[in-house]
Amino acid sequence: MRERLNRSTFSLLAPYSFWAVLFIVVPLVFVAYYAFTDNSFSFTFDNITRFFTATSTVTNGSGAETEVRTYLLIFWRSLKLAVISTIICLLLGYPMAYIMTRAGSRAQRIMMILIMIPMWMNFLIRTYAWMTILQDTGILNGFLGVLGLGTVHIIGTESAVVIGMVYDYLPYMILPIYSILAKMDDKLIEAAKDLGCSGPQVLRKVIFPLSMPGVLNGITMVLIPSISTFYISQKLGNGRFFLIGDAIENQFVANNLHFAAAMAFILMVILLVAMALIKYVTNRQAYGKGGGLL
Amino acid sequence: MSKELIRLCNCTMTFDGETVLDSINLEIQDKEFLTLLGPSGCGKTTTLRIIGGFLKPTSGDVYFDGVRINDVPPYKRRVNTVFQKYALFPHLNVFDNVAFGLRIPKAAPGTEAAAGAKKVRLPKEEVYRRVMEMLEVVSLKGFEHRSVTSLSGGQQQRVAIARALVNQPEVLLLDEPLGALDMRLRKDMQNELKRIQQATGITFIYVTHDQEEALTMSDTVVVMNNGQIQQIGTPEDIYNEPQNAFVADFIGESNILDGIMHEDGVVQILDRKFKCLDGGFAPMEPVDVVIRPEDIDIVSVKEGMLCGTVTNITFKGVHYDIIVDFKGFKWLIQSTDYSPVGAKIGIKIDPDGFHIMKKSEYSGMFGDYSSYSEEYDEISIAESEDEA
Repeated sequence: MRERLNRSTFSLLAPYSFWAVLFIVVPLVFVAYYAFTDNSFSFTFDNITRFFTATSTVTNGSGAETEVRTYLLIFWRSLKLAVISTIICLLLGYPMAYIMTRAGSRAQRIMMILIMIPMWMNFLIRTYAWMTILQDTGILNGFLGVLGLGTVHIIGTESAVVIGMVYDYLPYMILPIYSILAKMDDKLIEAAKDLGCSGPQVLRKVIFPLSMPGVLNGITMVLIPSISTFYISQKLGNGRFFLIGDAIENQFVANNLHFAAAMAFILMVILLVAMALIKYVTNRQAYGKGGGLL
Repeated sequence: MSKELIRLCNCTMTFDGETVLDSINLEIQDKEFLTLLGPSGCGKTTTLRIIGGFLKPTSGDVYFDGVRINDVPPYKRRVNTVFQKYALFPHLNVFDNVAFGLRIPKAAPGTEAAAGAKKVRLPKEEVYRRVMEMLEVVSLKGFEHRSVTSLSGGQQQRVAIARALVNQPEVLLLDEPLGALDMRLRKDMQNELKRIQQATGITFIYVTHDQEEALTMSDTVVVMNNGQIQQIGTPEDIYNEPQNAFVADFIGESNILDGIMHEDGVVQILDRKFKCLDGGFAPMEPVDVVIRPEDIDIVSVKEGMLCGTVTNITFKGVHYDIIVDFKGFKWLIQSTDYSPVGAKIGIKIDPDGFHIMKKSEYSGMFGDYSSYSEEYDEISIAESEDEA
């Protein structure tokens, strides 16, 4: 059912439309425009093809050299780290969100504040803090040394990058799941118990399927920023894990705006298609055949 | 013939120091339709939740078939519930909602008690057969693939009933299940529920605040107020022989008057003696006298036992609600005859129209229509404002 659009609907929509055009549509148009033009602003596919075809040579541990597709490799590495971080965020965030909804209202408020506090701090400062914790001579190793457990080398590894991403983006996983779980009707849980479900069965058959929209939002809100992050990998990965975000930043810094825009554009299209697919599949699972594509 | 199925023994329930149920004793017979009736906050839903296993009584015991079940969780009780707002699973269609309970693996009958008893899953065909059978019972055949959120209130209601009944519980608990339905549908569903109860032979425990619903459907009515049971009886008992002013007022309209019992069969109200059928009170004992509005006949002033002046008359469809002033006391009379406001009328009451009750904590609180006319005016003013 589509509501009739009348004059007042338009006038109510006007401020939002203006805002959306100014801050969402215009920048996207610029990105697309730059992506499909060369330095003299004539139309070209070169930037796009460069992303898929540019090659370089890498040396592996045993000294053998191999030819690789530079940007596809970088993209693949970004995707891998982002997916790992997202999965860890989900595994940590879902139980946390669930525990929060089961707690008393006072405890819920306190937990919420504890989750929000790190978000008030600057992103760079948080990342620097993790550097001092994870360094070879950092807080973590100092602590392990005191306990007599030896030291671990984390900084500059993929693990360090993943730890940084999980720390930064975990709240974005917890909050959407929490808001869905908190809204859930307690009577549904009672109904499930009444019909013979034990605790774990209630979780599997009712709570989890009904919280899918929250899980999906959480995944979106973690996966997208972590796939395009650049700062964390530079600081915690010691610059050894060049990610797609780093590549885009590099090209911008080198004033190579058209190729940077092309990479951003490709990344965006891939993410949009992926999210639409995930949403379509989960909608079908959660709500039967009714779910549309977007 | 009938055997006791559930017994509540001195059940008390307190939330944060507030007593919601006060030492309830209740026996529920197998295969009966029992209604817990009372105003909101009277403890009826709490009682139901204790039976369902969602609440543990603060003190007292619950027995099921002679076994104490205080600590048995809901999913192990042979009891199913129809929730007030249905609580259907929005992510499942009609069929899957009804099949929900059947698809949970359960210990084979007779082995529930044995620890580690093997859980068995019903075969798919059996689930299908039973769900379709139940959808037929609640007249929802052909709806099995519909999403529950697309159903009307009445249809959702029937899905909820099917979802509970398909598990063949020994007891079905219903928590104001018809509250959200319109009048017409309510009446249909009342008959439907009564029919299902008689057809299946399952014990129904029904919670409502609607006295008419309680009288229509029940074998036994339990009237509750302030966490206490006021009266247990058949609908006829509850209506004709209310135990106190609260019950008399809650079940139907009643004029409740102060009276004095002179001797068996003679009661004095408004300085006049009347013949009645009740007895067993001390001589000159102060009592509450209930006179139902429909037991009062309007006659000419000459023939009347009492005469008064009509102060208000309202058309109600089947009858008129007439407020009559007797020496400053206002009574409600229901009659099919019209009497204009200001008319002097006489009334006649047969001896069986008086019901005498002992004085109780509720004496003087109910059954007075002195403020009726003003109240009615206020309501009509409020209504006309709404329309404007």
